[in-house]
Amino acid sequence: MKFNQTEILESVVAHQLKSEEDLPNLSVGDTIDVHQRIIEGGKERTQVFQGVLIGMKGRGINRMITVRRIVANEGVERIFPLHSPKVAKIEIVRHGDARRAKLYYLRDRVGKSRRLRDRRRGMKHVEDSGARN
Amino acid sequence: MPPFILGRKVGMTRYYTEDGKNIPVTVLQVGPCVVTQVKTSESDGYSAVQFAFEDVRPRLSTMPLIGHDAKAQTAPKRLHKELRLDDDAAASEFELGQTVLADVFADVKFVDVTSSSKGKGFQGGMKAWGFKGKEASHGVERKHRSPGSIGGHGSEAGNSGGVKKGKRMARRLGGFTTTTRNLDVVSVDAERGLLIVKGTVPGPNRGIVTVREAVRLNRRKQTTVKAG
Repeated sequence: MKFNQTEILESVVAHQLKSEEDLPNLSVGDTIDVHQRIIEGGKERTQVFQGVLIGMKGRGINRMITVRRIVANEGVERIFPLHSPKVAKIEIVRHGDARRAKLYYLRDRVGKSRRLRDRRRGMKHVEDSGARN
Repeated sequence: MPPFILGRKVGMTRYYTEDGKNIPVTVLQVGPCVVTQVKTSESDGYSAVQFAFEDVRPRLSTMPLIGHDAKAQTAPKRLHKELRLDDDAAASEFELGQTVLADVFADVKFVDVTSSSKGKGFQGGMKAWGFKGKEASHGVERKHRSPGSIGGHGSEAGNSGGVKKGKRMARRLGGFTTTTRNLDVVSVDAERGLLIVKGTVPGPNRGIVTVREAVRLNRRKQTTVKAG
C-alpha cells in the first residue's frame, strides 16, 4: 500500500506544534529569553534562560535550538526542544548580526569579541533586516 | 473479538506529554483487513480465523489465491495471516468477508507487534552476541574483534573438551521474525487506520507488521490494565 510517510508522521504530531503566534521569528544570532516551566515539589515556576541563539536544527516537532550564555565566566549551552510544553515562552531581546547558520566560533571567543553586532536597517548582506527592526 | 490486525510500519516520531516528557513513538498504519476464512474444529480440526491485508494486482497473485479471496467477496490480497482461537465459539464471532479496522484496539492498552527485523547479513560475535572482543593494545594484534576461546580440553565437567552445541559464534543476523512485547498504545485513529505505540518496532519503515493485544504483561502493566 502506498502512503506518504512524511505526511502521516507530520499529521500525527501536528496538534503538538506551537503556532506561529506562540513562537517569534527566531534567527541565529539573536539574544533570546527562554521561559522554562519547572516543576519543583508539586509547585510550578518559570525560569528564564537568557543567551545567544547559536544554532537551530531539526524540522517540525524535532526542532531544537541551542542557546549559549556565560555564567560566572563559564560558557553554558543549553539545547531546548522548541515545541516541548516545558518551553513556555521565547522572547527576542536583541537581534544580532550573524553571517553563519551555526555560531560555534563564539565558543572560542573571549571578552568583547564575544558580542555580535546589532542587526540594523539597511545592512547589505541581510535582505530583510530593514523589515525586522 | 480478539484484537488482531495487519499493517505496515510508517516510521517514528515523538510525542510530548503535558508535563513535558518526551515519548518516542512508532506510527503503524493498520488495516483494513478482511476475514477470508473462518476455521472451525468441524471443518479444519481446529479453530482459527484468517485475515487478509492490502490489495494486490491480480497478476501478482495466483489463481488459487484469487479464488480463495473471491469466496470472501474481496479483491486479491497480498497477505494472509491466521489467528488461532480457543474454540469454535470464538470463531463464530467472525464472518467471512467481514472488515476489521484499527478501532478493535480502541480499548486496548498494550500490544505485541510482530514483524521481520532488518537483515544485517553475516556478523561477527561482537555485533551478533554482544561479545566484548579483545583489547585495543597490550599485545593484541589483528584479533581485536575475535570471540576468543570457544571451549577447550575438559572445559565442562564430564565432557572431554570440544566445542559444545549451540556455542554462540558469528552468524547471520537479522531478517528473522521478532515480536516486541507489551508496547503502550498511545493513540488509535480508526478513521485513518493509524495505531501509535510507544517505543520501537522491529523492521524497516514500510515493513509489514502484525499487531495483537499483549498476551504476557509484567506486574506494573497488569495493574494498569486492571485499574483502567
